Amino acid sequence: MRWVDAGPLAALPARGARVLRVGDTSIAVFRTGAGEVYALRDCCPHRGGPLSQGIVHGDRVTCPLHDWVIDLKSGQATGADEGCTPTFAARVHDGRVSIEVPDSLATAQAAGIAASAACAAGPRAPRAALDDCALALFERA
Amino acid sequence: MSKKLVLVGNGMAGMRAVEELLELAPEMYDITVFGSEPHGNYNRILLSPVLASEKKIADIMLNTREWYDEHGITLHAGREVTKIDRARRRVHAEGGLEVPYDRLILATGSNPVVLPLPGKELPGVVSYRDIADVDRMIAAARRGKHAVVIGGGLLGLEAAYGLQKRGMDVTVVHLMPTLMERQLDSAAGDLLRRSLEQRGLKFLMPAQTAAILGAEHVTGVQLKDGSEIPADLVVMAVGIRPNATLAKASGIACERGVLVNDTMQTFDPRIYAVGECVQHRGSCYGLVAPLFEQAKVVANHLAEFGIGRYVGSQVSTKLKVTGIDLFSAGDFSGGPDTEELVFQDPARGVYKKLVVKDNKIRGAVLYGDTVDGAWYFQLLRDGTQIADFRENILFGQAHLGDSGLGGAAGVTSLPDKAEICGCNGVCKGDIVRAITTKNLFTLDAVRAHTKASSSCGSCTGLVEQLLAHTLGGDYSETPAKKPLCPCTIYTHEEIRQAVVREKLKSIPAAMQFLEWKTPDGCHKCRPALNFYMLCAWPGEYLDDKQSRFINERAHGNIQRDGTYSVVPRIWGGVTSPKELRAIADVAEKYNVPTVKVTGGQRIDLLGVKKEDLPSVWRDLGAAGLVSGHAYGKALRTVKTCVGKEWCRFGTQDSTGLGIKLERTTWGSWHPHKVKLAVSGCPRNCAEATIKDLGVVCVESGYELHVGGNGGIKIRATDFLCKVATEEEVIEYCCAYLQLYREEARYLERTAPWIERVGLTHVRERIVDDASGRKVLYARFLESQKYSQVDPWAERANGKDAEEFTPLEPAGVAALETAGGAA
Repeated sequence: MRWVDAGPLAALPARGARVLRVGDTSIAVFRTGAGEVYALRDCCPHRGGPLSQGIVHGDRVTCPLHDWVIDLKSGQATGADEGCTPTFAARVHDGRVSIEVPDSLATAQAAGIAASAACAAGPRAPRAALDDCALALFERA
Repeated sequence: MSKKLVLVGNGMAGMRAVEELLELAPEMYDITVFGSEPHGNYNRILLSPVLASEKKIADIMLNTREWYDEHGITLHAGREVTKIDRARRRVHAEGGLEVPYDRLILATGSNPVVLPLPGKELPGVVSYRDIADVDRMIAAARRGKHAVVIGGGLLGLEAAYGLQKRGMDVTVVHLMPTLMERQLDSAAGDLLRRSLEQRGLKFLMPAQTAAILGAEHVTGVQLKDGSEIPADLVVMAVGIRPNATLAKASGIACERGVLVNDTMQTFDPRIYAVGECVQHRGSCYGLVAPLFEQAKVVANHLAEFGIGRYVGSQVSTKLKVTGIDLFSAGDFSGGPDTEELVFQDPARGVYKKLVVKDNKIRGAVLYGDTVDGAWYFQLLRDGTQIADFRENILFGQAHLGDSGLGGAAGVTSLPDKAEICGCNGVCKGDIVRAITTKNLFTLDAVRAHTKASSSCGSCTGLVEQLLAHTLGGDYSETPAKKPLCPCTIYTHEEIRQAVVREKLKSIPAAMQFLEWKTPDGCHKCRPALNFYMLCAWPGEYLDDKQSRFINERAHGNIQRDGTYSVVPRIWGGVTSPKELRAIADVAEKYNVPTVKVTGGQRIDLLGVKKEDLPSVWRDLGAAGLVSGHAYGKALRTVKTCVGKEWCRFGTQDSTGLGIKLERTTWGSWHPHKVKLAVSGCPRNCAEATIKDLGVVCVESGYELHVGGNGGIKIRATDFLCKVATEEEVIEYCCAYLQLYREEARYLERTAPWIERVGLTHVRERIVDDASGRKVLYARFLESQKYSQVDPWAERANGKDAEEFTPLEPAGVAALETAGGAA
């Protein structure tokens, strides 16, 4: 695992998100109203909607396509919906945000090679199988 | 340390309060529940289907014992509370158990009334209240042949029907000449009686029971006139009485029931009461819907929000007898100054009566066709003026220019495979299964679990009917007051009033003043608040970008693959070679995959990458093209036909007028999208009569039509008025749009808004009140000063640049090995 820089914290709007491209994976980097920073794959577990474009409220985001509400801490869909989006660790240091990504992705980024982890906009996955779903997806890459 | 909460009464009302409390403040209390029945909590209103062998006990359990364990709640089932020691704040129960409390909820329910008849204690005489009663009746039905039910009210008839289905020969003895006389008038009562007689029930009425006969076990019933009927089982179902015994014994003020104030507190402020044991503002309730409203208030206060108030309920009733559709609500007995609207079709067995006073519904009785029960009930509770549609009201909502809330088809007769929600592909069977297996009670819960009715909302009526039908009838779905969203207890109207009255000019200020329950709202309330403030304080309120749906933030329409669509404004649908060339150049330069002509006489560039949007707009802007707002809750298009300049039938310059209208109104934000049209003659080629506002030109002037839409459910416009000049068209149009902006709920289109407030209201404000119209017109123009700025030009020049660009990392050089300081 590697930490990659995601630019200055000031570039993230409060109650908003921006996209970080690592290889050809899009990571949505969120900043909540309370100032917390979270990173999720920019891909709703429902139909693959870009979560970075959603409305951020509390520590949740509402997907712009069909209003699924995703928990930013866990990546889990909330309410009666079931599904999970991979999460990444995020930290703020000296006013800059960095995100922890698997080596495979980071190397691809360094070499300018596209990693093959396009958003799997398939049907929702059952909740039981979703522990550490972040890693599972990337280990294949 | 958690405070201690004790609930006395493990029924629907008390447990509902606990569940609401767990939602609001899961950790706040250590909860102990006492129930006199030896079960978990069950849905009492479904006992009748159990008796009629249409459901099993397991089907009607709401909270199993495991549920109590999971939530850390101590359940003492089958243990009566004998005493409340209020001084020491301890509850005493059978077997010497003592439990201390900081707060107590009394939910002791009600007891069946037992008539003081000779023989009332004989084995074989039962009342109808709980699972034990149902078990006794089922056992009796196995052994005996004859049953007598005393009481022809709701419960009595359901008991009679159930026993008859279990093979007994049932006679109902009723004191009054009309069945269910508290819910039905005599005409509907007679229809009901006839239909139950066809199913094999017998009725003796009016008739009074004198004695119950038998030595060891009941053998029959003797009536006042001396006649006798054989009986192996006698069910007394003559009413219920609030059970306030424990409260009275503990010195808490009671009359018929336990007295409570609007926060459901008894005279001892540590003790709340909820449900059928309660007497609130002089009323006791025996139906589920009011109990749920009370439970919400109790939970709100226990969670120390302290802002809920219960102000009483209007109730409606439905009979749970399979195949009999019956609905009643409000006061249907009539009286001075009331009128009755009646529809009768004896051959189809349909009877509908509405009692109306001052053009508002006061009561409703429906028999045979109850599809519109929920609608009439809503009109009753809202006190809606029905003058505008009373000539059609008895035919139901489907026969109005219905804008999407109706469920016209009889949902009960649909097969399980019938698709109810077309947006999400949810069938009737899915919804019914979710309601029964997941114990859903509300429309919101069904939406959350099945997605039905959660997208366009046009099937809401059908889903509500399914809920009512599946849960059994005396359940009523729609709460009298609908909060904007779960973040607040206030309605759209209350919030708007507060924004204006309290001069709230920022979202945090509004949330603080209105005591929002969440730190920064949700995707439902923030966009609504943003619009309400924008509308109330033009020029002062600073638009909150993060509270806008992505389309209005990115000024394009997000597509399913995350790209955007770009629709430049084409004024009145008239374009030029220069504009077309600019659009073609952009389409080629940015590899736009699809170029499509829209229904609103414009051109849509589909599949533009977000990063490209500002430069696409810059290129379009160079040719004079501006944003078409095709993405917003805003003024969209003004569709026109060619009018008298070219058309041989044209009466006025419809194209020119359309362009003037669009130049005046573009850029305005609204509760929902707004579309206008101008047709040059009554042939109406611009389809003006399905627009939010349509102008139909005639030789002598301009007809204005309002409240149409071609959307989910098509609605033709209502005729507003006719005016003589183009200037008047513009003034009336802007005043109407401003009224809509100021009065409609966010995400309510003009069609449902007009159906809600009534065309008369709109006509009074726009046509009859000339000075009021001019004021509205002036407010619209004032607001336009600030909104007629092309958002594309601004962003092509660098505004909100971060919205359209990905994050720029310093590079991979900044990488370090993970596992260090996190």
